[in-house]
Amino acid sequence: MISMTINGRGQEFSGDGAMPLLWYLRDELGLTGTKFGCGVSACGACTVHLDGQAVRACVTPVSAAEGKKVVTIEGLSRDGSHPVQRAWREHNVPQCGYCQTGQIMQAAALLAATPRPSDAEIDRAMAGNICRCGTYIRIRTAIHAAAGKDRS
Amino acid sequence: MTSNTAGMERRDFVQLLGTGALVLVVSLSGCRRLSDALRGAPRTATTSVTPAAYLRLEDTGTVTVICHRSEMGQGIRTSIAMIVADELEADWSRVKVEQALGDEKTYGSQNTDGSRSIRDFYTALRQAGATGRALLEAAAAKEWNVPASEVEARDHVVAHRSSGRKLDYGQLVATARDLPMPGESAIRLKQPEQFRYIGKDMPIVDMADMITGAAQYGMDLRREGMLVAVIARPPVYGGTVKSVDSTAAEKVAGVERVVRLESTPPPSGFMPLGGVAVLARNTWAAIQGRQQLRVEWEKGPNATYDSAVFRGELERSVRRSGKVVRNQGDATRALQSASKRIQADYYIPHLGHAQMEPLAALATFENGKCDIWAPTQHPQAARDTVALALKIPVEDVRVSVTLLGGGFGRKSKPDFIVEAALLARETGKPVKVVWTREDDIQHDYFHTVAAQHLEGGLDASGKVTAWLHRTALPSIMATFVPGTVYAGEGEVGQGVTDLPFAVPNLRCENGPAAALTRIGWYRSVINIPHAFAIWSFADELAHAAGKDPKDFFLQLIGPERIIDMTKAGLAMKPWNYDRSFEDYPIDTARYRRVLELVADKSGWGKPLAKGRARGIAVHRSFLSYVATVIQVEVKSDGTVSIPRADVAIDAGTVVNPDRVRAQMEGATIMGIGNTLYGEISFKEGRPVQSNYTDYQVARIDAAPREFGVYIVPSKDLPGGVGEPGVPPVAPALCNAIFAATGRRIRSLPVAKQLVGGIASAG
Repeated sequence: MISMTINGRGQEFSGDGAMPLLWYLRDELGLTGTKFGCGVSACGACTVHLDGQAVRACVTPVSAAEGKKVVTIEGLSRDGSHPVQRAWREHNVPQCGYCQTGQIMQAAALLAATPRPSDAEIDRAMAGNICRCGTYIRIRTAIHAAAGKDRS
Repeated sequence: MTSNTAGMERRDFVQLLGTGALVLVVSLSGCRRLSDALRGAPRTATTSVTPAAYLRLEDTGTVTVICHRSEMGQGIRTSIAMIVADELEADWSRVKVEQALGDEKTYGSQNTDGSRSIRDFYTALRQAGATGRALLEAAAAKEWNVPASEVEARDHVVAHRSSGRKLDYGQLVATARDLPMPGESAIRLKQPEQFRYIGKDMPIVDMADMITGAAQYGMDLRREGMLVAVIARPPVYGGTVKSVDSTAAEKVAGVERVVRLESTPPPSGFMPLGGVAVLARNTWAAIQGRQQLRVEWEKGPNATYDSAVFRGELERSVRRSGKVVRNQGDATRALQSASKRIQADYYIPHLGHAQMEPLAALATFENGKCDIWAPTQHPQAARDTVALALKIPVEDVRVSVTLLGGGFGRKSKPDFIVEAALLARETGKPVKVVWTREDDIQHDYFHTVAAQHLEGGLDASGKVTAWLHRTALPSIMATFVPGTVYAGEGEVGQGVTDLPFAVPNLRCENGPAAALTRIGWYRSVINIPHAFAIWSFADELAHAAGKDPKDFFLQLIGPERIIDMTKAGLAMKPWNYDRSFEDYPIDTARYRRVLELVADKSGWGKPLAKGRARGIAVHRSFLSYVATVIQVEVKSDGTVSIPRADVAIDAGTVVNPDRVRAQMEGATIMGIGNTLYGEISFKEGRPVQSNYTDYQVARIDAAPREFGVYIVPSKDLPGGVGEPGVPPVAPALCNAIFAATGRRIRSLPVAKQLVGGIASAG
């Protein structure tokens, strides 16, 4: 039995601990906001927070979450009011939207560690998150906006 | 309908609405009213009626706009609702959007590709909204027993001018329901200056769902008792299963069944590739199960496809004369007598769609009927192909469209949906087919590979007197029609036969090329290779003539005029994206305007820091005109970065300028990825690449830090927006690299050529 907290709730997983967290979240818990994009940690669509760190759920075995706190997009805020989500709305970032939950989780982790990132720091932190629609210009703008607003 | 609204003639409406669809029927409070309408709808004298149910009004006053086009990031669910709500004079906060089922009879074509949603349906949607407004006004007039001319609908309320009485739309539904449909004379389209939403930046309707994880894509579909299927497909196009040992796969915990799927011999069209499906209780088990399959494949006729060898064949094909597709004057003689003659060959490899959401579809099969939920650009093709594959009537297939996690043309092809339908019938359970990223890259409908040869002649003053363009590429039609070796008119019509140059001697040829894999359309399609070659070569000629490329391009395009395609020397039908040249002429004034606009805004001609330079290109595609300036910085180690991009677009009337800017940003960034890294190469019949690790796309560090989009204000008929931003990127970028380094990139992708090459030079 593997115990962890997911979005503030205790969860116990009894299956194969080698199963990636992604499929536990999506297929068993119905938390489909965490997306499948590549399965090899190359696109960032599945980004979640594990004890506050951004990780790729597609290559994180469920066993690695034992005793830890997992936060997914569904748990980032109750109503889409996290500063990053607000900035995303304000700057009309999403196009198809598929990668955006992963982008938002990555950006939230970046701002938690680096409250006022430069363009170069944003590029470094976000380079693992692909957006095939090409919303990168607005992602940068929105991260700067969220950085300005945080704690205000 | 009025005969002259919004500056358009009746002829234009007929054109815009397509065959037969002239009168729009507004559906009030659901199907009853729609079925009434279908029986007795008004019609014009000359055409049959194709009703379109785009709108529903509840007695709460809630307006539901039915969106019959697929949302894949272009913001169409928002734009369609904006158009209907505008003409309806609806309060945006009381407008909802509902996705239509796949049903061509009710909605007209739902094939969401070719950048055509707005240009095909702009007027139809306005008519739907205006009809609703007229009906509500008639209802209020009846309530108050006053002439309809004395009432006016505005912002969800109908008011009586003289008495000041008001009724909310919701209060009028009961009366409106029993009124006859308003006559043509009662339906007034707005003048553009009356628009409430059209032409204004509007946030997308799916925003809240997309940023909270609530948005539902095809991959997110779940049903009680559902099996997830992951399929091993023939590695080579045209291959088949020789034998399979599924013993180990069946032992994987969670795996329930292993099912063989028939292969479709090439050309397989929209039908699936076949293979062996592993069905399991969850996705992970299905993926694990597939890994345990032991399949022996019959590789089939394409087993020797090798991109390096094929490139040689294509290049040989364009070094000799091909099928003439356009001929004006005598280019051969003019080249011989030119005072300067130059030539160049260009090559671009296959590209993959690699949309963020890998393919996925859910199907159920019960009592002979198939129910589908899928992220499809083309629900009708899905419906027809599933019916064909299952041998059941089309009416027994229902297709619901989810949000698409990107499409770019890949999700027009329903092969993955048919797989789900076949497996649902086979197992009797709901089946979701999931493609992994490896499946997606390896079994794409690939953007075609192309080789081109260009020759140009300059006179003593540096003016172009002769232009020869030869193109050879495996045609998309080869995926559907056996034995296809020449490009279709729609393929050479994307850049070659529609070339707008003021050059007296112009010859365009198409060399033969067989397709050895599945070829498909990818965002902006054959405009990608053609724009790359044409505007790179034009830049080469500019430098040979010692002229500024922007000025040279303006001279090449020549004076403001409409190109007369009947006198353009075409040896085949001209292509104009399914539109007439009367409505959408090739207008050099519009080429010139976007070129001059982008040059002005980008600071064209102004000095830049060392290592930096600009490149420029312009292209008309999907009936819109886009000019792009890319600024590059090339470091001594050959690393290319793009600090700035500027894009000017003339797309005629635009509905949501924010989404137009978003499409220009996204298309440019996708174009940068295509140009710098994009390459799918084949060896022993199969793609070498298999994931984002080796099929590289643009990441945030490739995106310009500064980005400007300039929309030409226009009341012209709407053009496309989703695709036209891509074609100018590759030539503008490579022209900039040349300006920065003196190195001419004639073969894509750029990346591996510059590393080393520049370093050793510097």
